[in-house]
Amino acid sequence: MELKSHEPTGPIEDRWKEHKAHSKLVAPHNRRKYQVIVVGSGLAGGAAAATLGELGYNVKCFCYQDSPRRAHSIAAQGGINAAKNYQNDGDSVYRLFYDTVKGGDFRSRESNVYRLAELSLNIIDQAVAQGVPFAREYGGLLANRSFGGAQVSRTFYARGQTGQQLLLGAYSALERQIDAGTVKMFPRHEMLELIVHEGKARGIVTRNLVNGKIDVHVADVVLLCTGGYGNVFYLSTNAMGSNCTAVWRAHRKGAAFANPCYTQIHPTCIPRSGEYQSKLTLMSESLRNDGRVWVPRNPEDCDKDPAKIPEEDRYYYLEERYPAFGNLVPRDVASRNAMYVCEDEGLGIGPKIPGEPRRGVYLDFKSAIDRLGEDLIMERYGNLFEMYERITGDDPRKTPMRIYPATHYTMGGLWVDYNLMSTIDGLFVGGEANFSDHGANRLGASALMQGLADGYFVLPFTVGNYLGTIRKTEPLEESDPVCQEALKSVQARVEKLMNAPDPTHAPEYFHRKLGNIIWKYCGMSRDAEGLKKALEEIRPLREEFHEKVKVLPQKGETFNQALERAGRVADFFELGELMCIDALERDESCGGHFRTEHTIDGEAKRDDEHFQHVAAWEWTGDPSNPALHKEELTFEYVKPTMRSYK
Amino acid sequence: MQRALTLYNTTIGKKAVMAASGFILLGFTVGHLSGNLKAFAGPTEYNEYARWLRTVPALLWGARIALLFAVLAHIGSAFQLWKRNKDARPSRYQKNVSVATDYAAKTMYFSGPILLFYILFHLAHLTFGGMLFGEGAMFGIEGYAWEVSNPYNNMVRGFQHWPVVIPYVLGVVALGVHLFHGIWSMFQSLGANHPKYNHLRRDLAIGLAALLTLGNLSFPIAVMAGYLEPTNLTFHFPELM
Amino acid sequence: MKTKNLTLHVWRQDGPDAKGAFETYTAENVNEHMSFLEMLDDLNEKLIIEGKEPIAFDHDCREGICGSCNIVVNGYAHGPQERTTVCQLHMRHVFALGWSEIWLEPWRAAAFPVIKDLVVDRGALDRIIQSGGYISIRTGSARDANETPIPKPISDRAFDAATCIGCGACVAACPNASASLFTAAKVSHLGMLPQGQTERFDRVRKMVAQMDAEGFGSCTNHGECEKACPKGISIDFIAQMNRDFVKAMVTSKHDVEAPNDAE
Ligand SMILES: Cc1cc2nc3c(=O)[nH]c(=O)nc-3n(C[C@H](O)[C@H](O)[C@H](O)COP(=O)(O)OP(=O)(O)OC[C@H]3O[C@@H](n4cnc5c(N)ncnc54)[C@H](O)[C@@H]3O)c2cc1C
Ligand code: SF4
Ligand code: FES
Repeated sequence: MELKSHEPTGPIEDRWKEHKAHSKLVAPHNRRKYQVIVVGSGLAGGAAAATLGELGYNVKCFCYQDSPRRAHSIAAQGGINAAKNYQNDGDSVYRLFYDTVKGGDFRSRESNVYRLAELSLNIIDQAVAQGVPFAREYGGLLANRSFGGAQVSRTFYARGQTGQQLLLGAYSALERQIDAGTVKMFPRHEMLELIVHEGKARGIVTRNLVNGKIDVHVADVVLLCTGGYGNVFYLSTNAMGSNCTAVWRAHRKGAAFANPCYTQIHPTCIPRSGEYQSKLTLMSESLRNDGRVWVPRNPEDCDKDPAKIPEEDRYYYLEERYPAFGNLVPRDVASRNAMYVCEDEGLGIGPKIPGEPRRGVYLDFKSAIDRLGEDLIMERYGNLFEMYERITGDDPRKTPMRIYPATHYTMGGLWVDYNLMSTIDGLFVGGEANFSDHGANRLGASALMQGLADGYFVLPFTVGNYLGTIRKTEPLEESDPVCQEALKSVQARVEKLMNAPDPTHAPEYFHRKLGNIIWKYCGMSRDAEGLKKALEEIRPLREEFHEKVKVLPQKGETFNQALERAGRVADFFELGELMCIDALERDESCGGHFRTEHTIDGEAKRDDEHFQHVAAWEWTGDPSNPALHKEELTFEYVKPTMRSYK
Repeated sequence: MQRALTLYNTTIGKKAVMAASGFILLGFTVGHLSGNLKAFAGPTEYNEYARWLRTVPALLWGARIALLFAVLAHIGSAFQLWKRNKDARPSRYQKNVSVATDYAAKTMYFSGPILLFYILFHLAHLTFGGMLFGEGAMFGIEGYAWEVSNPYNNMVRGFQHWPVVIPYVLGVVALGVHLFHGIWSMFQSLGANHPKYNHLRRDLAIGLAALLTLGNLSFPIAVMAGYLEPTNLTFHFPELM
Repeated sequence: MKTKNLTLHVWRQDGPDAKGAFETYTAENVNEHMSFLEMLDDLNEKLIIEGKEPIAFDHDCREGICGSCNIVVNGYAHGPQERTTVCQLHMRHVFALGWSEIWLEPWRAAAFPVIKDLVVDRGALDRIIQSGGYISIRTGSARDANETPIPKPISDRAFDAATCIGCGACVAACPNASASLFTAAKVSHLGMLPQGQTERFDRVRKMVAQMDAEGFGSCTNHGECEKACPKGISIDFIAQMNRDFVKAMVTSKHDVEAPNDAE
């Protein structure tokens, strides 16, 4: 396998322009002859399907929810970055590019990141034209805020529902194309296999979740925009159905999986309240602007009413450890320190879950309310307080919020070149599902930007270039052996899940166990010893899963949610293993990947000499022995530096 | 060829028709009450007013036709929507709660038909009683006979008897309840909507419904209390024959 | 921490044409901090182990934003807590009402055929959007976002309408199974913004026609939808839609076609 990034050369600001100018096109009257499959209807998939349909291609779009509008992009709260410089505070495309490369801890591809920063401008225009109601100032112009410690105000937002409004914009464009007949939508369809014919991606196998029918869909090109794999942790801020199945199946068919160990943990989520917990809810990071993080100094105080703990017995650990940044240290630093105080020092607060340390720290608004008044605080955070109270039953004005980090985003994904094409010809990957732009850590408000840049502006163009280059694909019939084999393999897999030899546990049971292992050993901090242990534990558990998973077979031909879950968990097992292998292999710390063996002053210590590369893993048939390929990264514009928040 | 969309073949169109016809009927109700209040001015004024109403046949028939049309449109669209709405929920909830619906809104489909029967009764009582009962006892009540030229007495003497008062009171209350939801609903259906004045729509509905109810109830109350009494004067109005 | 046993009467139905019926289950040791759906997860896990068919229900984000979840709980669409989707309903609120017996029913409407148990097909809502719930703007052809300032009060009001999550609770709660609130929210959101003016009157005509063609009931101005709506969308938007619609029908100089199965 060869990893060719196909990056253009020349001055970075001209690369995308030049690339476009020299690419192949498909003439308008020819476009409808090409069948395009888009899996996913989030920001990336929805935007790509709508735009490709609008261009005249024949598009089929798939999602597992009952409507494309429900893709998990809908849940993004905070905002979307764009280098518009509407605030006149010195922002520029270059600065956004620079911040993103640095934020990614020098593990991303410069050309891609520059293009992303460039396209950020068009995204905002497009969204506003669609009717996305971004926040505005009294003068009627768009408002911005500073996000995640950025030095400029470049984040556009729509109350706490930016993702929802952007997705509804893309969704409306998609629905318009469905009405126009250029896009055919397949909701409640899950992709379970990729069809590769003569080295090219030529279709997918899906299961109709309503009636259980398994079908083949052939195409000239396949786009995967299926979101992140954070649910490998079982608990995350992802939706219940978020899964890795589509990308994992593509990986098994030859698409390299890049940097699977790069995951982002978000510091401000509502902690678990019990074993039954099914997901974690994110609270906007903006809370840290006014809230103070603390835990009791004495372990005996941990189950006390916080109001009764005197000031001198409170440990404001971020303010003490990072006097310069205090409560506003970056996501990963805040997350890790919460873990240290809870798991290592035993100072966590909140409900006791049997067999676990208390995982939770206080986020206290008392001093902010005293200083600024309750009205102002409520104006800033009222809706978040309400949401918190709805879930926990506590009023943050009276008793401090409890927060704990949770898995939030996965920077890893299928390896793609500059055109967003994977190592399989004709298989394109967009949005969170690819590995492309965020390196080892993602800046806040940049995922929405990337999803839309990929969907509206990059993929429609590079897909056209690909089709224009190959010109004609061999006709492929559904009855072709390649398709039928793929179909049979899916049927066999489904049968197997429904007929485990010793069915005793529901799929969740195994998923929870897997999540625990990954969280413990491949979560916020990792070390070689733990990762090896994780590998030792995952392998037998995976076997146990296939031995003992219980899914009711008799109604396999109908709506069967347990079956859906079992299939996803099966793939998470294999991906989880790859994550640990990758984390073990990457013997350095960088961004969200924190190896305790490699620190300097308690901070991540990169090893640029040995690890300034993308680790792309090839499937070999044995999940425990993947083959590693490296794409070396070069930095012509932003020179690698070490970060410090002390 | 596909049909073009017409206003009346949409649900909103039908609601608009209900609202517009309701508006006509409401206008009539208001005019009707204000005219009838002449009863308090005395029998002569009242009967004179009744006579005057009949002096311009074109106007009279015009109004009658318009009202008939409004009633038919109101009932017709109500019936079509009722049917449609019933079909829209073929299986009922086992547990059914309503959080926002008030009594008036919930009972529109009852207060409507009650009103229809009441109107027929009311017309029999005061408009074509003579045709129905001739010289005989009205509604079978001993000593209560139709007086051709004396609408005042027809009204007052009727209200001296419970069998007439009770349906009347029920009808008037049904009218009030119907209007309480109907007036507000009319604003909503016709889209009379302005963030600044929206709260007034409820107030107006309550005020108008209350006024009409009390106004109409004032007649039987006044009769029962002995404030309005039958008159011994005789009238001769050929227009009323 | 309080726990309680609850009796659940759950609507079970195999498919759109199958006959449904209630079945009774006991949810044991329900913790007050659980969400309503976590209580069902727990029950389902037990059902699977016992070899019984688990209860099918829709859900995804569990944050009250995707609009997937939909259960009528004791007669309340999304449960008794105002402005709360059922995935965000926590058991402490249910306990506080003293309920020990709960009826779980699907959204009931002719336009929402039952797929299984509590899961219904809400494709009708997508088709209403398809009929015109968008602004036609080609990708890449937009002008600069700040070229048209929009007064903040207008933008804010458009936002209030735009927060609709497409859950269909308004339909479920409406005595007539009307989709007026859903449709009005989109009509008003786009109709208030300067970008949406060009298509404003055709949009409302097409969307209303589609809404009717799907077999939803009519609005009788009861206001149940507004109370059930997890986003608190106001029925003032329905009046706004009605006005735009009547105005469009009366003044427009060209026809729009009625969808095939419109009345
Ligand atoms: C709680 C939360 C808050 C966030 N806040 C922000 C923020 O403020 N700013 C920011 O920039 N980013 C934020 N992010 C990150 C950002 O929202 C996501 O990274 C981004 O929206 C992903 O978009 P996507 O199109 O790649 O995938 P998604 O929106 O997840 O869409 C995935 C699509 O793929 C489909 N799919 C998946 N698997 C299959 C399959 N096997 N078969 C068929 N279809 C399938 C799904 O149905 C869905 O349509 C947040 C994320 C979360 C979870
Ligand atoms: S209007 Fe409210 S209840 Fe209706 S679909 Fe939208 S969010 Fe749900
Ligand atoms: S599951 Fe997404 S709104 Fe309830």
